[in-house]
Amino acid sequence: MRVTATVNGAAQQADDVWPGESLLFVLRERMGLPGSKNACEQGECGSCTVYLDGVPVCACLVAAGQAEGRDIVTIEGLAGQDGGLHPVQQAFIDAGAVQCGFCTPGLIVAAHDLLARDPDPADADIREALAGNLCRCTGYAKIIDAVQLAAVRMAGPATAALDAEPAP
Amino acid sequence: MEFLQPASWDEALAARASNTDAVPIAGGTDVMVELNFARRRPPALLDLSRVAELRGWTTAGGLLRLGAGLTYAELTGERAGHGLADGLKAKLPGLAMAARTVGSPQIRNRGTIGGNLGSASPAGDCHPPLLAAGAQVEVASVRGVRRIPADEFFLGVKRSALAPDELIAAVWIAPAGGPEQFAKIGTRNAMVIAVTAFALVLHPDRKAVGTGIGSAAPTPVRAGQAEQFLAAALADSGLWESRGPLPESLAAEFGVLVSAAARPIDDVRGTAAYRRHALAVLARRTLTWAWQDYQNEGEAGRCE
Repeated sequence: MRVTATVNGAAQQADDVWPGESLLFVLRERMGLPGSKNACEQGECGSCTVYLDGVPVCACLVAAGQAEGRDIVTIEGLAGQDGGLHPVQQAFIDAGAVQCGFCTPGLIVAAHDLLARDPDPADADIREALAGNLCRCTGYAKIIDAVQLAAVRMAGPATAALDAEPAP
Repeated sequence: MEFLQPASWDEALAARASNTDAVPIAGGTDVMVELNFARRRPPALLDLSRVAELRGWTTAGGLLRLGAGLTYAELTGERAGHGLADGLKAKLPGLAMAARTVGSPQIRNRGTIGGNLGSASPAGDCHPPLLAAGAQVEVASVRGVRRIPADEFFLGVKRSALAPDELIAAVWIAPAGGPEQFAKIGTRNAMVIAVTAFALVLHPDRKAVGTGIGSAAPTPVRAGQAEQFLAAALADSGLWESRGPLPESLAAEFGVLVSAAARPIDDVRGTAAYRRHALAVLARRTLTWAWQDYQNEGEAGRCE
């Protein structure tokens, strides 16, 4: 069957899709978007997290046909038009939150969603929001640092300066 | 494999009638795992995600009718502004607590209450609070509509009273009339299938108690004897009216009776003995919490 969807703002089409395959397979193998990672295929690891109609989901658990006509945003769609990294992506690099990098796309989409809903999350909120994303390089501390760094940067220069240098 | 995608409830029922071997799929959090691992190759998938009638909730005759397509995230209210399920958490705190323990944000965004029932796993997190609240499952086919009490819906491990041509339409449940609690044992707070779980509902208006046990029998079950014991003990001691301190011995005996209602097995998640022990603890704790809620509610009432 044919699946058409808006992916990262552009109309995309895949042909000869087997109805039992996942949105993740369609994105990676048929649409040339390998950013979303395929690891557990059972919703445990969050490495394939994408936005489906604005809501973060595991792409491995969405049947291809369920994505028909829907709006999908993957890790490839978070960067700016000019190719510059999104502040969440840049923060992951700057905080050293990337080790092997396999879990990173899913974590960045989940963190991106958290900061859109809660621009100033506590560490506990970050842990809850990222509870469905596994990192096996033991990098959670730096991942939380990265989300906090992104939150400060996204709040704007004034807040960033205040956070970096508390008033005497 | 065929992909059936009805756009309305009538179309869905018609498709179900002529494709009884199709596997219904909503959030996909169970079905897709089976497909991804090639554990199942059904001749067709029946996608219910476009059926608008399954979304949202309504009230009728003092009961809430929850569409089968309500997601866990809508039950918990964690995705504010979703709109369709606003305000549900306050009306169904026990169900919201249980939904909050499901998987991860990504899973709660997709998984549905109807899918949880359809999978009919003994470990389904929604089941204990639905049993405790005396909920009914509305199922439908082209032949008609019927309501199945939650405690008659589960027939065995992953087997339900759903006929081959039926689909789950909704859940009917009374809004909380008193304290509700839920507790679940797992190896971490997120992403776990329950080792065991317990839900408790107190009905001060009719001096009744509701319970639901998860993951400790071939199906989710109620602890009927424990319910009757607690309701009678609270009545005999005048505690429903006085909201006085709950005797520790009463909570402990309740725990023992809840544990006795379970028929657990040893499996990869835990032993039968551990499940029995844990259930007694969960029952005692949830009762203690619920009673504190009841006492606080009484205090607040007096202050007004």
